[in-house]
Amino acid sequence: MELFLQQVLSGVANGAIYASVALAIVMIYQAIHHLNFAQGEMAMFSTFIAWQLMQWGMPFWAALPVTVALSFAGGVAIERIVMKPIEHAPVLTHVVVFIALFTILNSAAGFIWDFTIKPFPTPFGTAPVLGNGLLSAHQAGMIAVVLVMLVLLYLFFRYTNTGLAMRAAAANPASARLVGIRVGWTTALGWGMASAIGSVAGMLIAPVVFLEPNMMLTILLYGFAGAVLGGLTSPAGAVLGGFIVGVVENLAGTYIPVVGPELKLPIALVLIVAVLVVKPSGLLGRRTVQRV
Amino acid sequence: MALRTCTLLAMAVGASALAAAPAMAQTAPGVTDTEIKIGNINPYSGPASAYGVIGKTIGAYFAKINAEGGVNGRKINYISYDDGYSPPKAVEQARKLVESDEVAIVFQPLGTPSNSAIQKYMNSKQVPQLFVATGATKWNDPKNFPWTMGWQPNYQTEGKIYGKYIADNLPNGKVGVIFQNDDYGKDLLKGLKDGLGAKAASMIIAEVPYEVSVPTIDSQIVQLKGSGADILVTIATPKFAAQVIRKVAELGWKPTHFLNNVAISVGAVIKPAGPENAKDILSTAYLKDATDPADKESPAFKEWEAFMDKYYPDGNKLDGSTVFGYAAAQTMVQVLKQAGKDLSRANIMKEAANLKNFEIGVLVDGIKVNTSPSDFAPIEQLQMQKFDGERWHRFGPVMSGESS
Amino acid sequence: MSVNEDIKYDAKLDGILDAATGAGTGKSRSLGSVVTLCLLAVAVVLPFVAQGFVVFQLTMVMVYGIAIMGLNILTGFNGQFSLGHSAFFAIGAYTAAILMESFGVSYVWTLPAAGLTAFVAGFLFGLPALRLEPIYLALATFALAVAMPQFLKLTPFEHWTGGVQGIVILKPDAPFGLPLSQDQWLYLFTLGVGFGLYLAARNIIASRTGRAIQAIRDNPIAARAMGINLSLYKTLTFGVSAFYTGVAGALSAIVVQFVAPDSYTLVLAVAFLVGMVIGGVGWLPGSLIGGAFILFVPNIAEGVSKGLSGAVYGIILLLIIYIAPSGVGGLLHKTADYFARRRK
Repeated sequence: MELFLQQVLSGVANGAIYASVALAIVMIYQAIHHLNFAQGEMAMFSTFIAWQLMQWGMPFWAALPVTVALSFAGGVAIERIVMKPIEHAPVLTHVVVFIALFTILNSAAGFIWDFTIKPFPTPFGTAPVLGNGLLSAHQAGMIAVVLVMLVLLYLFFRYTNTGLAMRAAAANPASARLVGIRVGWTTALGWGMASAIGSVAGMLIAPVVFLEPNMMLTILLYGFAGAVLGGLTSPAGAVLGGFIVGVVENLAGTYIPVVGPELKLPIALVLIVAVLVVKPSGLLGRRTVQRV
Repeated sequence: MALRTCTLLAMAVGASALAAAPAMAQTAPGVTDTEIKIGNINPYSGPASAYGVIGKTIGAYFAKINAEGGVNGRKINYISYDDGYSPPKAVEQARKLVESDEVAIVFQPLGTPSNSAIQKYMNSKQVPQLFVATGATKWNDPKNFPWTMGWQPNYQTEGKIYGKYIADNLPNGKVGVIFQNDDYGKDLLKGLKDGLGAKAASMIIAEVPYEVSVPTIDSQIVQLKGSGADILVTIATPKFAAQVIRKVAELGWKPTHFLNNVAISVGAVIKPAGPENAKDILSTAYLKDATDPADKESPAFKEWEAFMDKYYPDGNKLDGSTVFGYAAAQTMVQVLKQAGKDLSRANIMKEAANLKNFEIGVLVDGIKVNTSPSDFAPIEQLQMQKFDGERWHRFGPVMSGESS
Repeated sequence: MSVNEDIKYDAKLDGILDAATGAGTGKSRSLGSVVTLCLLAVAVVLPFVAQGFVVFQLTMVMVYGIAIMGLNILTGFNGQFSLGHSAFFAIGAYTAAILMESFGVSYVWTLPAAGLTAFVAGFLFGLPALRLEPIYLALATFALAVAMPQFLKLTPFEHWTGGVQGIVILKPDAPFGLPLSQDQWLYLFTLGVGFGLYLAARNIIASRTGRAIQAIRDNPIAARAMGINLSLYKTLTFGVSAFYTGVAGALSAIVVQFVAPDSYTLVLAVAFLVGMVIGGVGWLPGSLIGGAFILFVPNIAEGVSKGLSGAVYGIILLLIIYIAPSGVGGLLHKTADYFARRRK
């Protein structure tokens, strides 16, 4: 029983990592209705920028807003410069561009900052908070930040004109244009916000997994899984999905005999696919009705 | 008419390619009076690109040798290709090196999967696959693969040393193991079990694998602590090892901790994990540590530092791979020196199997490179060491897997 | 869903391209056949004039081309998306390797076995997965690609798969005492298999079944209304696509002489996808161009800069996409369109 509780708790801690990435994924999905495979590498790159600023002597609390602002600008710039010229190309072409962005960012980060792992400071400290060190202050802080971001996103989409415009633009660009929404700019704004959220996620994750160019490689997959499980249209669902993935994965690794430890990720993914077969729009996602 | 054009086109392709085919007659492939071609395969891109530093360091070292006049008057023409840690790509690159670039040897190709993929080819072509950069045990097999030779101490030897140490000094311990689920992790685990001998089954109470694709190993450490183990053996690459060290400390768990030597770099593992968390960790070493305050002052490291500043200024001195590549390249140069005028592939292989007490400054004192026609394992010795919260202290005799 | 719309856009491509390359009727067909024959003749001559390792590279180009053709059947003609085709490639490769090394089966017979195994795997995977919307199917196949290497090294199967060490295979000699090197023989063998599979794919697509498959892509609801059994056809397509990729996997195992879990990672699945888009979605000959891209462009990138090879690769990829947003196929289509208009 104790082991069970410990694994759940450690799963929740990991889940916070996935949830923070899942939020960035939901953000970009709301803006462009696709998944961005370069999202993780963008977050990694932002985190390196924060690290570099601190190396140059900037304190953490100054580096944080500067990095978020730079990441926002970077996201907008990528949309305007890279994505805009091919906005009418097929979806698969966009996917290939994401892959190109992925390799460029990963390779550039390795070139500039090399591949040795770097410690990244945490503003919350590492003192144990709960369950004999199972949940450290940083992990508790991370969960709190994820929840705050969730509330802010919810408010943004629900109550601001920009948020509504963005949802409209993504759901139906043609009609949105007719009611006077500048679709191009809401898309760019979406990229910027997703990039900014990703930078916060990166800065929360780096203290746990250490900073290096490949740090987001697999976390992104977990983030996708969480976002899809919870529903790509729902920030709350994505966060919930992230936590569920973390816990289920830990329990599968601990309690399924023989193959459990080796296959904990595939088992978690199979469970997610099973959920999606039963409930195709995710746990909290809205069902979209197709027009004939 | 179209058909005739077509025939003509096909013939033209044939003729042009025939004309381009070089007609060469050489006694020693890849060798001229002024240079020797040495090939290499490293993962410069992809998930294992951290190791690409080794290939770059080797290139920098050969540049230094060339600047100093080469070996026996010959410059080294070093051709290094990227395989992205993918076995099919390694086969393609090996064939390009052998058949197109016509290198004399392929030196330090990296990774067990890539080397497994090219081993048969290299041996059938009788091209030396020399000093491969992997610690698998299978490279020491001169009978079946006379053209393939390892370099670093193999993982099983290292595991055996930990196993023997535990059996001798902590016979009542309960051992928990976390290992990377690949060839390297399983090899080291096997060595550990061999070292523990008959007691292995009763002493190892938990073995937990992790995949390189996991973000954190927290769950595995929680599980190991829960198993009641009081000895922890960590078989993990630098990033995960650093996570293990930190998580163990966060949990307030105090096992006797054995850490494999791919992850002992003070700069790249211990410092990020927190030196205070790494106190009393036991490990082994065969290379000195560039970030160790005592080793740093040795003449060999002064030399290394000068080399890094001049020939590889972008290189990260905290990265142990630079020391590794530096030492491996020195071994290669020694073989070329020994081979003298006869740089045929057969003679290079013969001299590679004829290293006698060769000393490399950055190796731990007392460890020497030795090979023979029946011993294709150049470095076989390791020394135990303990971390005191600031630096490693080596203790006890220099050991090999058999003689500890 | 936008995925379907976009692929519809590409579908037009196929008809016009066929005319350009010779699948249409009348005059254009005979011209097309000549072009095809011509290319084939050059392809047959090549191994006798190129260096051994170049022959090996070209063989790998064809192997990847066949795998991408499998993916193209799925995406280009049925509108489904897969990030997991490295898994079927792996299944084919391991089937061939295990049959050859553990059971002494001749390499020729491993191909149909590998294809069938991959077909069954694809069919079974497709049954639940195809109920998912495209974006979820992407995740499910993504998961398959990530999970496959872990299955391959699973301890209980180690006896067959060789675990993390993989399996080494002997390379076959040319049959009937033909005076060919192993490389030349495998090249010609792969060429023959690839060409046969290409013709088969064209026939499938032109058949009644093929039209049903494309109808599903273009308008699933209308297709259902016309009495097409959606899930059956979708799953069948998935199986056929996996069959092609599985055969390619078996060929790769024979050509590379080695299988290991590290050969079949997500990187390979992504490469297939990139190759398909570069060649042109829905244009089968483009698969070969895609195969050439994923084999040669990393080498070019590496030649430009070792430290930044990934970035150079990405930039080359971006440039090609800007020049040809719908791949080489799309570019040909536009060019053909342009000339057709001028002639009028």
